[in-house]
Amino acid sequence: MANDASPAADGAAPSVNGAAYPITDHTFDVVVVGAGGAGLRATVGCSQAGLRTACVTKVFPTRSHTVAAQGGISAALGNMGEDDWRWHMYDTVKGSDWLGDQDAIEYLCRHAPAAVYELEHWGVPFSRTEAGKIYQRPFGGMTTRFGEGTAQRTCAAADRTGHAILHTLYGAALKNDTNFFIEYFAIDLIMDEEGRCRGIVALDMTTGTIHRFRAQMVILATGGYGRAYFSATSAHTCTGDGNAMVLRAGLPLQDMEFVQFHPTGIYGAGCLITEGARGEGGYLTNSEGERFMERYAPSAKDLASRDVVSRAMTMEIRGGRGVGKEGDHIHLHLDHLDPKILHERLPGISESAKIFAGVDVTKEPIPVLPTVHYNMGGIPTNFYGEVLTKKNGDPDSVVPGLMAIGEAACVSVHGANRLGSNSLIDLVVFGRAAGLRCAEIVKAGESQAPLPAGSADKALSRLDRFRNANGATPTAELRLQMQKTMQNNCAVFRTGEVLDEGKSLIHEVWGGIGDVSTKDRSLIFNTDLIETLEFDNLITQAVVTMESAANRTESRGAHAREDHPDRDDKEWMKHTLAWCDEGKGQVTIDYRPVHTYTLSNEIEYIAPKARVY
Amino acid sequence: MIVESSEQVPRLKWPRRFPVPRDFGVAKNSRIIEGKSWPEPEGATRIATLRIYRYEPDNDGPPRIDTFAVDLDDCGPMLLDALIWIKSKVDSTLTFRRSCREGVCGSCAMTIDGTNWTACTRAMDELSEPSTIYPLANLPVIKDLVSDQTHLFAQHALTEPWLHTETPAPERERIQSVDQRRALDGSYECILCFCCTSGCPSHWWNGDRFLGPAALLTAWRWLADSRDEGRGERLDSLDDPFRLYRCHTILNCTRTCPRGLNPGKAIGEIKRMMLERGG
Ligand SMILES: Cc1cc2nc3c(=O)[nH]c(=O)nc-3n(C[C@H](O)[C@H](O)[C@H](O)COP(=O)(O)OP(=O)(O)OC[C@H]3O[C@@H](n4cnc5c(N)ncnc54)[C@H](O)[C@@H]3O)c2cc1C
Repeated sequence: MANDASPAADGAAPSVNGAAYPITDHTFDVVVVGAGGAGLRATVGCSQAGLRTACVTKVFPTRSHTVAAQGGISAALGNMGEDDWRWHMYDTVKGSDWLGDQDAIEYLCRHAPAAVYELEHWGVPFSRTEAGKIYQRPFGGMTTRFGEGTAQRTCAAADRTGHAILHTLYGAALKNDTNFFIEYFAIDLIMDEEGRCRGIVALDMTTGTIHRFRAQMVILATGGYGRAYFSATSAHTCTGDGNAMVLRAGLPLQDMEFVQFHPTGIYGAGCLITEGARGEGGYLTNSEGERFMERYAPSAKDLASRDVVSRAMTMEIRGGRGVGKEGDHIHLHLDHLDPKILHERLPGISESAKIFAGVDVTKEPIPVLPTVHYNMGGIPTNFYGEVLTKKNGDPDSVVPGLMAIGEAACVSVHGANRLGSNSLIDLVVFGRAAGLRCAEIVKAGESQAPLPAGSADKALSRLDRFRNANGATPTAELRLQMQKTMQNNCAVFRTGEVLDEGKSLIHEVWGGIGDVSTKDRSLIFNTDLIETLEFDNLITQAVVTMESAANRTESRGAHAREDHPDRDDKEWMKHTLAWCDEGKGQVTIDYRPVHTYTLSNEIEYIAPKARVY
Repeated sequence: MIVESSEQVPRLKWPRRFPVPRDFGVAKNSRIIEGKSWPEPEGATRIATLRIYRYEPDNDGPPRIDTFAVDLDDCGPMLLDALIWIKSKVDSTLTFRRSCREGVCGSCAMTIDGTNWTACTRAMDELSEPSTIYPLANLPVIKDLVSDQTHLFAQHALTEPWLHTETPAPERERIQSVDQRRALDGSYECILCFCCTSGCPSHWWNGDRFLGPAALLTAWRWLADSRDEGRGERLDSLDDPFRLYRCHTILNCTRTCPRGLNPGKAIGEIKRMMLERGG
């Protein structure tokens, strides 16, 4: 029997409104929260290692946001010309603007080819070269010979790579008889007095029942928090719940000021047009029809790193050279490409452009705008996936019983700016690493100590409070205020003044949670309640993001301070750690050193230098 | 006949509803009643009326149809935008699934003006006035527009949607030619929204045993993969009067696929493959 569910000995937890919530208890070796690319890969690994593994997810696995990834997954396979994982590593370090940990980056790039072959062996329908190998396309920031040429390193399944990978991983999980808990919303972690994570509390949305999972290891794979912003390519479900659980557990998040704006979100709708579109030859123009990227990045041009392109676009718009009635966006041209290539390699975005912008890409340019896309920051971990905190002066102190992977984690391989196609590879490499680590340190079936008394109380009183919230401000209104504040005050370009204003505005929104109102009192599929829990998760991350941004007085990667335009390695080559005290409404900031060493002797530490494309 | 494109399928002009009356033969407390009519938003000049199916699982009441007036100038262009507008500004208890909002996650499939589609890719200006919005047909309803798809996912899992191989994996990728890879186009893109299966009359009658178009499209995706070595067993498991052969080429599936895929053709291909092996 895989799932020994039983009513809890202590029956039910009290609630503030008198009605008790019955609890169902489960015990597993490992509980994975999240069924995106990272969560599924870890689930499969743990199952294969003979560990009793549960995968808890708030949406059906194939509905996770990984499904939306378009362009591809990077790995130095060398199918389309010479390549080397060391070149991939160099590009990633440079892309990270030297904030990435080089031991973790080496781990990523070395293991990338094996991880992609594994996906292929499991059935991912990659596009093919004439020789029948995996097709690879150029992507921003990916070069050969340490910056000399353009690499074709991004493995693609047309422009539906995430979909192809996620559906295949879901199949792999089925093959391994995974214990899925689908449409279960994880509310909080269970931590004991020694600071060990012991499990999670979750709400089964379909039946409205509470479930407590006890496990030797909890792996958070809950994705990013793009929905803290008004205009994001991210799905509605990208609310960073795992990040917020970590904050509530009194642990820090890392490098939250680094938010990636993707250059080409469809103007208005925010839906993504993959960088692969530029990889296949697409280019950007301003209102004068000029290919302006040639000015900003003479050698990489339209395939410079995302932060560089997004800033250039913003400069053009500010300089009065935006297109459209309001002069507030930019054109992306694909109309010069062979329609056969478009059909074969970019069918998905051709369709998206039609549906969401009314544009026929073979004839007209697509209106685009830099749009929030990815969170480099998240839960600090080492390259095994183990969560870290700073304790008694040790910046690499492992939090026992807790791991994090995927966009939720900050390993940190992306540092201050992620390169396109480096996230999907991050999911599978570190998803696999987490499984391997669990196989090493978790003993199958080992008996687990009882959970601390009242382990579900905090989670349940939070749930109950929001379920019965009868203030005056609907969740949607608070959410909109937060999203507008982040969009206005913590965007592509930042200044101390704007960020300080942002700080007070976002704290004001946070304060509004006391007056929140929900109308649905049911427990069954109560999305009013779920959206409120998600807002409560988003707002602490928004606050931490704003405060971390105001605190970092330099420009690095995606964090561009107009009042501090230069990178300052002496003062700021360090990770930000931010704790959040919900009771006091306060953020505390400290730092961790960047790992300035590699894993092996096969590559030397790559020393910082100016970052030009 | 194997239908090669949706053009060959006789196109009904967005029928207002599936041909079976919704209340046909259902218990009294399942008959749909007229629900609440919400006031028009003040100052709105362009209004669309949505008549939305509501069902509250916590009380014994029958399902009802609530009427909402949406201010088109205050919300985005798609039906999903309108539903979110209602949830944000009018009635936060309105319940539906949504995630990617760009037609790839399959969460927001529902019955819109009588046919199935994803709400995020159906433009408001394509709807009738008033427009009716129901949960996907022929599935148990959990609440409002949220249907229980457990059975459909179980049927999908029954097709063993993973690569079956016996030869050991090579060190690098398995080789597949461009043409062999092209054979997967039109089936691997399925988003499991179940618009097709929910709209399939054969699945309405025999859904317990007939796998339905979505699962069969997946079955075809693996049968068509040159890398797969499990064709024999895959065909064996489909060679059954119900699992495969309850498809009567009604082709609602192909007509109602929001990704423009052709499950009807895939099912035909499976039948042909079955014939070719002399099954
Ligand atoms: C439009 C788009 C295109 C992209 N294209 C590319 C690309 O081409 N290449 C690339 O490398 N990267 C790309 N990215 C980035 C990449 O897709 C994401 O970073 C990555 O998919 C995140 O995967 P994940 O597994 O960490 O999380 P997700 O896929 O977001 O999954 C999160 C999981 O956690 C679960 N979950 C969350 N909260 C809870 C909770 N409270 N309780 C229970 N479960 C919970 C969800 O149900 C879900 O299963 C793209 C991103 C976007 C937005």
